[in-house]
Amino acid sequence: MSADSEILGSALPARPPAGASRAVSGASPDTSEPVATDLGAPTSQGVFGAAPKTTRGGACAPQKRVSGKKLFVWPPSTDALLWRIVRPVGMAALFLTAWGLAVRWSGSDLFPTPGNVARGIVELIQKGLLFKYIVASLFRVSWGFTLAVIIGVPLGLVLGWYSRAFQALNPFIQILRPISPIAWIPLAILWFGVSDAAPIFLIFLASVFPITVSSIAAVQNMQPVYLRAALNFGLSTGELFRQVIFRACLPQIITGIRIALGVAWLVVVAAEMIAVNSGLGYLIIDARNAGKRYDLVVAGMVMIGLIGLVLDLLVRQLEKFDEVRWGYGRK
Amino acid sequence: MTAVSIRNVSMRFAGKKNGDSIRVLENIDAEVAHGEFVCIVGPSGCGKSTLLNIVAGFLKATSGDVLVEGEPVIAPDPRRIFVFQENGVFPWLNVHENVGFGLRKQTRAQRDQTIARYIDMVSLAGFENAYPHELSGGMRQRVEIARALAANPDIIYMDEPFGALDFLTRLKMRADLVRIWQSEKKTILFVTHDIEEAVQLADRVLVMSNRPATIQEVVDVDLPRPRHLDSPGYLEKRDRIFKVMGMSLRVGETAT
Repeated sequence: MSADSEILGSALPARPPAGASRAVSGASPDTSEPVATDLGAPTSQGVFGAAPKTTRGGACAPQKRVSGKKLFVWPPSTDALLWRIVRPVGMAALFLTAWGLAVRWSGSDLFPTPGNVARGIVELIQKGLLFKYIVASLFRVSWGFTLAVIIGVPLGLVLGWYSRAFQALNPFIQILRPISPIAWIPLAILWFGVSDAAPIFLIFLASVFPITVSSIAAVQNMQPVYLRAALNFGLSTGELFRQVIFRACLPQIITGIRIALGVAWLVVVAAEMIAVNSGLGYLIIDARNAGKRYDLVVAGMVMIGLIGLVLDLLVRQLEKFDEVRWGYGRK
Repeated sequence: MTAVSIRNVSMRFAGKKNGDSIRVLENIDAEVAHGEFVCIVGPSGCGKSTLLNIVAGFLKATSGDVLVEGEPVIAPDPRRIFVFQENGVFPWLNVHENVGFGLRKQTRAQRDQTIARYIDMVSLAGFENAYPHELSGGMRQRVEIARALAANPDIIYMDEPFGALDFLTRLKMRADLVRIWQSEKKTILFVTHDIEEAVQLADRVLVMSNRPATIQEVVDVDLPRPRHLDSPGYLEKRDRIFKVMGMSLRVGETAT
């Protein structure tokens, strides 16, 4: 393939990249664990006596998990872990087999088999392109997304708190929000040219709205009792925002951030099909234009999916911190 | 000199229709002395929480004044801490951080000492690093009481703080609250719908009527502590309040 072919301008109408911007973040296995906190120190024997039911989750959660299912004395946690791997891997194997057979039976010479795709990925690695393109895409997402967080979270908290500002700005946000970032591509190229700034701008646009809107909603739905307690302790406005409003809203903000990151990853691929000449989106469009290399097209798609999964898993780790775990319901 | 004086306080809320208004409180007059433990009881929905919120400065009365130490109350104040019915401990802070929330102006060493003292007082030693969602309801309520005490307020307002707890936990919480009140010498204004609770805790009980609420009677509970729940004096006070509230003591009988 010719990795340097220029596709700018020519490829704009032919591809339907907008189709990519549908489904949100990728599915991921349920990683949440029961609240099995070791409270550490011995229970106190004060006037109240230490209620023995204190470590509610810790005491009964493991038993709950064991119950049913198996009669063998096999350590149940290992067993569960095994199945957590066996089920998706088995499903993937089934899918790949069906895919390969379907291509063979249909006699298609354009659509790649799983083997072709795997060889395509190896080829990209050998040429040093895969790593380079992944880094290029991640670089753009990091910038656009970070900017969106830096601007979206404080903006959302302020708009959620000050109802007059909300009244003034909310219609504006609601009008801008439904405009697909893809629609901004011509303007982005006009303003930023063929540079990293254009896709970064598009990613920023894609992720700033979900972050802002979820932050606004978080403040507006905040439990009034936290606010009243904060007022009672005489907090200044700055302290109120930092120590109470932000902290109370953090679980919902993180959920917004997760959604935004999924959207950002969708958009970087679409943006790279038009505005630049590196990255995974560029790989896909270039592989198709440069020689109908559909094995590389699918290889690019596979990499996008895998990286999307990893990004979502990383953001999910944020939900496990003690400071926010209260906000995700009890398991 | 009185700690809190409530002067002719009335409260109306706007109704659903324009110009319509719901009378909640009607000409409430009451005083609370320094170091006194006063309970407000009344039927549910009578406006006793509203009254406490007005006294604490969270709500503004339609008419009348609340004075604390002779000064009119216009906003909440850290010298008077409110313990909420729905538990106001911050779920994003652990027990240690919650109890220390009102101590932002102290040095770290001072703060740690104060926190340890009050965590000990409410029998939560060993749970400093636990988060509220890892604790039982009773323990969470104790965290909130410790947080209120640690801020060293002159007055503590409590709005049915034990309402969501089971019977035994509630009994223990009351015993502990009285013990703490005796050692800390705070003024406490405590709202409850539970007559037994009021008689177990208070020096004086203000009995409120149905809406629009007035203070029907003030019952002095001049019983020694610890109080025995089967002593004639206790039963007499309890029965008196039942009677004022128009309740029968026999289940299945209509009100007298």
